[in-house]
Amino acid sequence: MNVEAFDVAVVGGGLHGLSAALHLARAGRRVAVIERRWTGRHASGATAAGVRTLGRDIAEIPISLEAMEMWHAIATIVGDPCGFHAHGQLRIAETREQMPALLQREAAIRVLGHRHEEIIDAAELRRLVPALSPHCVGALVARRDGAADPHRTILAFRRACEAAGVVIAEGCGVGAVDRQGNAWLLACGERRFRAPIVVNAAGAWAARLAALFGDEIALGVRASMMIVTERLAPLLDPVVSVVGRALSFKQSDQGTLVIGGGLQGVADLDRERSSVDFTELAKGARAASDLFPAVRGVRIARCWTGIEAQTRDHLPVIGASPNAPGLFHAFGFSGHGFQLVPVVGAILTDLVTEGTTRREIAAFAPRRLMQERVAA
Amino acid sequence: MQEIVGMQEIVGMNANETDLLIVGAGPAGMAAAVTARSHGLSVRVVDDQPTPGGQIWRGIETVAATPRLARLGEAYRAGAEKAAAFRACGALYEPDSQLWQIEPGFRAFLTREGQARRVAARAIILATGAQERPAPFPGWTLPGVLTVGAAQILLKTANSVPSSPVWIAGCGPLPLLYMTQLLAAGGTIAGFLDTMPRGRIGAALRHLPQGLGRLGDLAKGLLWSLALKRAGFPIIRHVAELRAAGEGRLESLHYRTQEGREGEVAAEVLLIHEGVVPSIHVPLALGCAVSWHAGQHCYVPELDGWGETSQANVFVAGDGAGIGGAEAAEPRGRIAALRVAARLGRLGEGSADAAARTERARLARALALRPFLDALYAPRPQVFAPVDETLVCRCEEVTAGELRARAVQGRPGPNQIKAFTRAGMGPCQGRQCGYTMAHIIAAAQQRPVGEVGFQRIRPPLKPVTLGELASLDEREPAA
Repeated sequence: MNVEAFDVAVVGGGLHGLSAALHLARAGRRVAVIERRWTGRHASGATAAGVRTLGRDIAEIPISLEAMEMWHAIATIVGDPCGFHAHGQLRIAETREQMPALLQREAAIRVLGHRHEEIIDAAELRRLVPALSPHCVGALVARRDGAADPHRTILAFRRACEAAGVVIAEGCGVGAVDRQGNAWLLACGERRFRAPIVVNAAGAWAARLAALFGDEIALGVRASMMIVTERLAPLLDPVVSVVGRALSFKQSDQGTLVIGGGLQGVADLDRERSSVDFTELAKGARAASDLFPAVRGVRIARCWTGIEAQTRDHLPVIGASPNAPGLFHAFGFSGHGFQLVPVVGAILTDLVTEGTTRREIAAFAPRRLMQERVAA
Repeated sequence: MQEIVGMQEIVGMNANETDLLIVGAGPAGMAAAVTARSHGLSVRVVDDQPTPGGQIWRGIETVAATPRLARLGEAYRAGAEKAAAFRACGALYEPDSQLWQIEPGFRAFLTREGQARRVAARAIILATGAQERPAPFPGWTLPGVLTVGAAQILLKTANSVPSSPVWIAGCGPLPLLYMTQLLAAGGTIAGFLDTMPRGRIGAALRHLPQGLGRLGDLAKGLLWSLALKRAGFPIIRHVAELRAAGEGRLESLHYRTQEGREGEVAAEVLLIHEGVVPSIHVPLALGCAVSWHAGQHCYVPELDGWGETSQANVFVAGDGAGIGGAEAAEPRGRIAALRVAARLGRLGEGSADAAARTERARLARALALRPFLDALYAPRPQVFAPVDETLVCRCEEVTAGELRARAVQGRPGPNQIKAFTRAGMGPCQGRQCGYTMAHIIAAAQQRPVGEVGFQRIRPPLKPVTLGELASLDEREPAA
């Protein structure tokens, strides 16, 4: 049987897989992206595409800030602006009682030397989001944050990959893994790929792939629901979230409202499908119409869910496998991986080409979720 | 809410839960309801129209009392007693209601008067009928261009006759019927652009022997044609291509026949119709298997002899099961209802079988002429291959040319093309562009169209407002 040989096999054609492939190819590696369905089929194609540093876990702040610089220059990286607009992201307090928590957050990151999150009062909030219900009292804002167009971003990363010589193999699911000398042999239906380095960017299915290499990693699944409405005249520029409610609210370039916030539908990993739970999603519609009373009469065009991986601590898994030589993991972004896409590809390239990285990734070590598993 | 409380007393049930949920109150839905009620099932019928009758008998209860009834013809008149029997059957009838989602189990979500609600049922009969086949051509989105079906709705419900002479373009029984109804109502026809290709009658005649029992229907069609000829408006045969133009609204119409004859005429109103296709959005959303019906050029749900889909306890009856007309819709509705009654233990298997035999014989008679009609009125090939400049997705304004260009980059399916181009992302959920997209992809990739499939159907099935969805949260406090 004909074996296709590469320096690196990236498993998973979502944005993280494409970003890793792009950076590795630019570092001179021959790379294949092996994708079971098609690029961007699951979480990458279902994301709200928020580009957010606001409210990140302390451990994620350094790489998230670096990623944000990359987003502001995204066209120089992938040759297309990806529909990115830096209109800011806001976390809104509806009551006085909710303000102290926001103030504490701002203080906590200032102590660490970060200035990207800033408290604003009701007047500034009104200036930034005139359509907001007047009952809101203040917010935390990250002014350089924003949002992108997910499909345009997938296409841009894919085209950049192809321009850099990456081979994208779609309709190609990894069925079995074998060790051959110093390389891994991946059996994908009729096709065989051999590479000394494998990047696991298989998203919600990443723990199953890891298990084929002998890594047992505890991994949960999310099926975050989204609402998109009919098109409207311009209503707001920033992306808005709210303390104490599951809501993320923005308007796309096309004029549609995109409403998410992490309300969960039902995921089925075996059937690769997920479905909407409208009783749950009604909470999101309620939050949206409480914050923006003018949208109550707006018609919903579509709702959907996307399947993605979620770790116990909601931090991603980024790093070398402690067991399998040449295997690198990048998954488990737990609902906030979109913004990190450009930087994680660079981190993996460091790890593959130099064996180490100057970026702070200790908190994302795969081992933390493997040890827990052994202890249990 | 008064009406629901009253019904609850009649049938003695929880207003939020019934044995059977029927979606659609046309011929199939009404027949299914009457049969299911006769076996003691509790039945909810949800329909988006204000009164029963579906498309064919739309507005029959109010029209029955007016002189319009005579003009609309005998087949329409037959609906009056069907609607009366349905009203009397004791089903919980919810008109003016939009059903927008069905979750497994079954939980159905509907909206009525701005309030969203959740109801439960053990079995579902989808009797959602047909929709007119989208047939895009340059200018089809201009104001002044509508479908014959839409014009007929206005004629039936509002006695509305266009004030200026109308051009009619298309193929199928509906344009003929509408033209006779319009003339009877005092309307004027500027001309008929008959899009039936040359040689269709010969092709269709092969199917005639099995339809011999239905010569009455054929005679009816011939009578319509003769009456239209006598009316004296121009009839242009074998029209293959259409183009509508105008500043802000329809002003002129350009056509080209199969033989290459071209013409341009002034036009204020153009009504088009290229046949009907089953409404399959609800079955697709529920994950029911569908397959390609080559004779009718559309997908149909895969059904067993009772109308049950690949999803247990989900049935399809009426034109949604494949185009068959009202006479086929009624036995299909009754057959499905018999199965549900047997499944829920209200009717013995043997009795259900016996009753179904009679209904299946009726169904076979009603469908005898169908292969002939399918062959006769098969859409012209241009319907599926609009020129590049044509808007295919009118919600997101995506042209045929854009879709063609995308379809040859790799081998994308409808879901990928949707993500790349936004075609099918608008509020109509691909009802207007789904088939055209599938044909364009199939042609570009040299695949059979039946293999391409439809894009995934995202809920809601009908547009719901954010406020309506939010109302569901208010009414169902957290447990």
